[in-house]
Order: sequence, then C-alpha cells, then structure tokens
Amino acid sequence: MSDNSHTSHKAHGYGVYVLIWLSLMALTGITVAVAGINFGGLTVATALVIASIKTYLVLTVFMHLRSETVVFKVFIAVAMFFLIISFVLLFTDYSFIVRN
Amino acid sequence: MSSSEHTVSHIHRDDIASRMGMWLFLFTELLLFGGMFILYSVYRYNNPDAFHLAAKELNTIIGTFNTAILLTSSLTMALSITAIQRNNKSLSIFFQLITVVLALAFMVNKYFEWGAKFHHGIYPGSDTLLAKPSGEVLFFGLYYVMTGLHGLHVVIGVGLILLMTYYTAKDVITHDNYMKLESAGLYWHLVDIIWIFLFPLFYLIT
Amino acid sequence: MSNKNHNEVSYLEYQGKHKGLLGWILSTDHKRIGILYLISLMIFLTVGITFGLLMRLELLTPGKTIMDPQTYNAIFTLHGVIMIFLFVVPGLPAVFGNFFLPILIGAKDVAFPKWNLTSWYLYVIGGLLAIISILLPGGPTDTGWTFYIPYSVRTGTNVTFALFAAFILGFSSILTGLNFITTVHRLRAPGMTWFKMPLSIWSFYSTAWIQILATPIIGITLLLVAFERFFKVGLFDPALGGDPVLYQHLFWIYSHPAVYIMILPAMGVVSEIIPVFARRTIFGYNFIAMSSVAIALFGSLVWAHHMFTAGMSDTSQLIFSLLTMIVAIPSAIKVFNWVATLYKGSIDLQVPLLYVLAFIFQFTIGGLTGVMQGVLSIDIHVHDTSFIVAHFHYVMFGGTGFGFFAALHYWFPKMFGRMYNKKLAERTFWGVFVGFNVLYFPMFIMGWLGMPRRYYDYLPEYQIYHAISTIGSWILVPAIFLMFGYLVYSAFKGVKVTEKNTWGGETLEWQIDTPPIHENFIEIPTVTEKPYEYKSNDLVTQLSEAK
Repeated sequence: MSDNSHTSHKAHGYGVYVLIWLSLMALTGITVAVAGINFGGLTVATALVIASIKTYLVLTVFMHLRSETVVFKVFIAVAMFFLIISFVLLFTDYSFIVRN
Repeated sequence: MSSSEHTVSHIHRDDIASRMGMWLFLFTELLLFGGMFILYSVYRYNNPDAFHLAAKELNTIIGTFNTAILLTSSLTMALSITAIQRNNKSLSIFFQLITVVLALAFMVNKYFEWGAKFHHGIYPGSDTLLAKPSGEVLFFGLYYVMTGLHGLHVVIGVGLILLMTYYTAKDVITHDNYMKLESAGLYWHLVDIIWIFLFPLFYLIT
Repeated sequence: MSNKNHNEVSYLEYQGKHKGLLGWILSTDHKRIGILYLISLMIFLTVGITFGLLMRLELLTPGKTIMDPQTYNAIFTLHGVIMIFLFVVPGLPAVFGNFFLPILIGAKDVAFPKWNLTSWYLYVIGGLLAIISILLPGGPTDTGWTFYIPYSVRTGTNVTFALFAAFILGFSSILTGLNFITTVHRLRAPGMTWFKMPLSIWSFYSTAWIQILATPIIGITLLLVAFERFFKVGLFDPALGGDPVLYQHLFWIYSHPAVYIMILPAMGVVSEIIPVFARRTIFGYNFIAMSSVAIALFGSLVWAHHMFTAGMSDTSQLIFSLLTMIVAIPSAIKVFNWVATLYKGSIDLQVPLLYVLAFIFQFTIGGLTGVMQGVLSIDIHVHDTSFIVAHFHYVMFGGTGFGFFAALHYWFPKMFGRMYNKKLAERTFWGVFVGFNVLYFPMFIMGWLGMPRRYYDYLPEYQIYHAISTIGSWILVPAIFLMFGYLVYSAFKGVKVTEKNTWGGETLEWQIDTPPIHENFIEIPTVTEKPYEYKSNDLVTQLSEAK
C-alpha cells in the first residue's frame, strides 16, 4: 500500500500542454463562430458539445486524469452520473408539464 | 521510539490520497455550480425568447477575451507543474505568477462588465430590471449569481496560487514534493471548466 | 519533549503536544474527535428533544395550551433543523464512523486527520449559529426546516442565520465524507479486500458518497435563498418570475439522499451487532454490502416523491413513484438478511441487540409506510398529514435514532473502558421502546383520518390521538434522559472494563486494547478472513461454554 504513495505523474512535456491549449483556443473560436449562425436548438447543442470536448481535454491532459488509475475515472463517472441524472429526471417534470 | 506525535519520519506521505481528497472536493464544487446550471436550464427552457433578448446586453467580445484569458491561465498553471518537476524553480514561479496576472485580468474585465451594467441600472432588485419581462429578470439573476460565485472562486484561486508561489520560493514545494501545487492546479482547472460552460450559455445565445 | 510510550496508555490518557482541554479540542486523533462530536451532538440532541416535548405539550389540547402560534411555528422549525442537521445527519458517521472506521479497517487514523478536526469545528459553529438565530431580533425561523419559497423570502424571522448554519453544517458533512472515502480506499490493512471489510464500512462508504455529491446542492440552494432575501435576485420568488416548485426540486435533490445519509450508517451498525449476538456469521454478506451501494444509488433518484402534490407533471409523478418502489428493494433485502441471521442463531439478548430488534420492527413499519406514500393515489390523501410525520419518525428516530442508541451501548465499553449497569439499561430500553411507539403510532391513525401536520390547532375529533401521543412523549423523554444520565455517569464511574472483547465480536476493534491506545494497533494486522466468521472462534466457544 505504501509503495506507490510517492508517485507523481510522469511529466507531460511543455509541448503537449501548448498543443492542448491551441486546441482549446481553436474550439473556442469555433463556438463563437457557430453562435453567429442561427441553427435554432442545434446551436445550443453544438455549444454544449464543444464545451464538453474542451472539458474533456482539460480533464484528461491538464488535470492528468489520463494517467491516473481506474479508481479516479470511476469517481468522475459517478459524479457526472449524479449530475446528469438529476438534470434528466428534473426535466421529466418540466418537459411534460401541461400549461394552462 | 520518537517522542512526539508526528515526527517527519512518521508522517506517512500518500500522494494518491492527497489527489483523491482534492478530486472529491472538486466534485462538491462541480455540484455546487451544477445546481445553478440546473436552475439555468429550467428557466431557459421556459423562457427562450426572454433569455435570447437579455443576452444581447452582454458583450460577447469581453466574454470571448475572458475565455481566452482563463484557458491560457490553465496552460500556465500546467506548465508551472512541469517546470517544478524538472527542478526549474524560477520557471515554475514565473508561470505561477503569470497565472495570477491572467486571473486578475479576468477579474478586471469582470469589474468593467458589471460596472457597465450597474451604470445602465441592470442589477438585482433595481427598478429598471424589475420592469423588464420576468424571463429577463431571471436571466440577469442567474448571470450575476453564477458569474459572481465563479468570480469569487477565481479570487480564492488567486490567493491559493500565491500561497503556492510562496511555498515554491521557500522550497516547501520541490521537484519531488509538489503535491500542493498539483492540488492548486486541479482547483484552478475546475474554475476554468466552469467558465467553459458559463461562457456559451450566457454570451453566445444571441 | 518526552512523554510516556504511547503504546502503554489509552487514547484517553495520551498526552501529545497539548495538555488537558487543549489536548482534546486541538487533537487530530480520530477517537478524540469522535468523542468531541458525541458530546456536542448529545447537547444539541437534548435541545431538539426538549423542543419536541414542548410541541407535544402544546398539541395536548386544541387551541392554545402553552404557547402562541408563532412560537409553535418557530419551535417545530427548530426541532426539525436541529434534529436533522445537528443530530441525524452527522450522528453515526461523525461519532462512530470517526471513532471506529479506521480501527475496523486496521488503520491508525483517517486519511486527513486535520480536516477531520476542522469538520468538528464547522459542526460546532453551525450549531451555534442555529442557536443564535433563536435569540436575535426578528425571532427564530418559522418556515419549517424545509424553508419553502415564497414564505422563506417573505418572513421577517431570522431565516438567513438558519440558512448559513445549514450551509456550514453541510461543509462539515462534506469533509467527513471526503475523509471516509479516501480512508477506505487508501488505508485498509493488508489483506482486507473490499469484500472482507466489515459491513458497517460499506455503509459508511456509501453514505460518504451521498455526503459528497448531494450536500453541495443544498448548499447552493440555501445560499440562493439568502441571496433572494438580501438582493431580490428573483430566482425563486414567483413575484419576480421565479418558480417555487423548482426550489422544491433543488431542495429535495439533497434532502432525499440525506435521509439515506441518515439510515445507511444505522443499518451498518445493525449488521455489525446482529452477528455478534446471534453468534452466527451474517446471512448474505455480499447482498448486504451491495445493497448499501444500491440504496445510495437509487436513493438519489427519487427526490420528487416529496412533491407529488406540488404541481409537477403527471409523467414525472409516475416516474418518481416507480423509482420509489425500486429503492425499497435493497432495504428489504437487508431486513430479510438480518432476520435470516437471527433465525436459529444462538441469541444473547443483551441491550445492544434489544435496540437492534426494535430497529428492525420500527424501520419495517417506517419503510412500509414509505412505500405506501410512494403510491400516488395514497399520497394525495396523506401528504402533509401526521401520517407523514409518523412515517419519518419511525425511520429516522425508530430507525437511525435507535441504531445510534444500539451503537452507544455496543461500543461503549470499548470507547470508555467502563460498563453501564446492564439491568438499568435493559429497563430503560423498554421505556424508550414503549414510549416511542405510544408517541408515534397514533400519528399514523390521525394522519390517515385527516389531521394536518404543522398545525397549531385542530378539530376536537383528533384530540384523543394527540393525547395518547403526548403521553407517549412523557414516557419516552424521561427514559431517554435516564439513558443519557447513566451513560454519562458510567463513562466516568462505571465498572472498569479491561478485556479486549466484551461481547465476543469478530471485527478488529475487539482485538485491540480497551480503551484503544493512541495509534489503535501496536502493529497493523494482516487480515485473512472475512468478518463475522463464528465457526472457529475460540473466544466464542469459551463464552458459550462458560454459560
């Protein structure tokens, strides 16, 4: 149990981080550009998808989730599940309500 | 046998436990903001036009600029960790300070944004705002609360990073003991992630 | 600075960096923190019980009995806030989780001892804020512990103080959960795989996840109500365009899982106690372990069953009703397994087992009435009546409360190195048990007959039930105070206990010194067996031969 207690991550090189940063900036640019075009509901969906991709990049590379053990990935999945299911169940109320 | 309760040789260092604790704390932050995102999604679903109209009051350029600032600050934070891993103390401190500067720039922008709105009479409880349709009142209520709480977390982050800078300078954080810096980094990245979602939902729905 | 070898003295006498009182309130020893929590918890519990007693006095007769309506509203609000946030939610994890979780997994302390102490400070601060809210001008909150919009933004009472108290208490809860999860993952003794852990650990672990994930939601919700009061933000207030039902959703997204924070640890304690006093290995270990996880999981999906009459869509009502049925299943699995363990066991009817048997009886009643309430057509009829009040008291008090008493009586000798008078404890148990049921069972009946909850006044036809219920409180409360009395007395002056294994238990706490030394173990054990293996236990054989 104490063998790997001092483990830290293998260093990502500076270059890797800069590359991810460039991707993040590019994705931001795309989001802004798309927002100008009116696709209706699709615009929101696109914006959220792109935000999710950016989040994924930050989580896996900047936050080193990629190099963590499985336990951490399960943790994140559990937390996300709780958040998402709360949204979904909540919307069973609001999307089916009959208004006068 | 050592005489005091916790001599250095007895402190059992567990970096994985530290990271685990930090991630668990981050989940609480995720859900704290998650609750507000839930509010946002319901009110937007019910008031799509009012939200669209209200969002026009926000300045997309400042918003985009702030997004870029925060993303860059995440980069510099990550770079500061690589630097200390490679035993490059001054480079690490440099990157940490850049992160702080960027964070402060973000707050300055925020100050001007909010200031402009206050100047136009748009703030919680104001007559101007309350005269608007309720959907817009909700939009601005959410705007102030969410960006306000986010801003508070940015300020806390600045304090935290400056503390890390102090630790790095004093060699408390070193090339083989930088868990504190990593934890601060994790916190900072989460602050960034929250903004990644806030930005399109408030600034890009025109 | 030299001091006594810390393997020779118990944690009670150990002297670290600080002496005397400071050595307690600055201690990061999980056992001392558990005791600190126990003391502060019992104080707040006493206040909460007193408010309950006063409520029952008022309800003895229709109309005014001893107080005016405003006071009554404030008292039932505070009774709820104190009992829920200061007793039932922190209760078992903060006292017994802190004290025994590290020991049960073979560790010397939790993963973050300093954050552990911090959680206690936050608990005390939150409690003090709640008490202060009673005394400040404006008067104590009168919204009910649920702080429903719009009244919570309209009333002039000290809502904000109560909100901040709950917010800070939430932080305390989060820190405990964070500590427990990390401790269970990182500090188990060699050989203790997940399925060799004692069942109470599975319970504390599942509870900890709910503490981490659900508590922030109420944190932000209560914060938003405070903002609404101060800044007129307009997020919930219908006058400003907000949706009060949305407030209820957000409130219950925490507060329903919170009831699983309350019950899961008590179930864990029951799973610990039954094998010991039935001298049998627990029936269906895997199922009980997995059911704890299942309860935590499904319990997060049912919150809107508190809102069936609030104005939700029919579709969501059906979905939540269905999910509510499902969440009953893992709880039932536990009850079946406990009973199966007792069946043909070699029953040793000591006081801890008495409280556990009462738990099973009362939790079953509470749980079944919960399932009834999950049926939409029934809930329309019983929502906001005394039926609900009876239901949740049967599970939270008859369940968790009795589980807490069971844990107290079970672990008392190990914690204090002293024993209480067993005969007195047994007689007191009967007072508690009879008093509890006389107090709460009539509420089912009068609720069914239409008596609303939180009502100060009522129609004469309900008085007989109220009278019986109040008499029940006159049996219950003295019995509980008697229990507190003999426990406090025995902690200082009870018969000394030095044997390691008072009851013949098979988990790690019964293999260490009584009371434990500062670091719990002289050497961290290596675990090879599952817990509760009673077949080849020498001590058990000796004890049963001695009888």
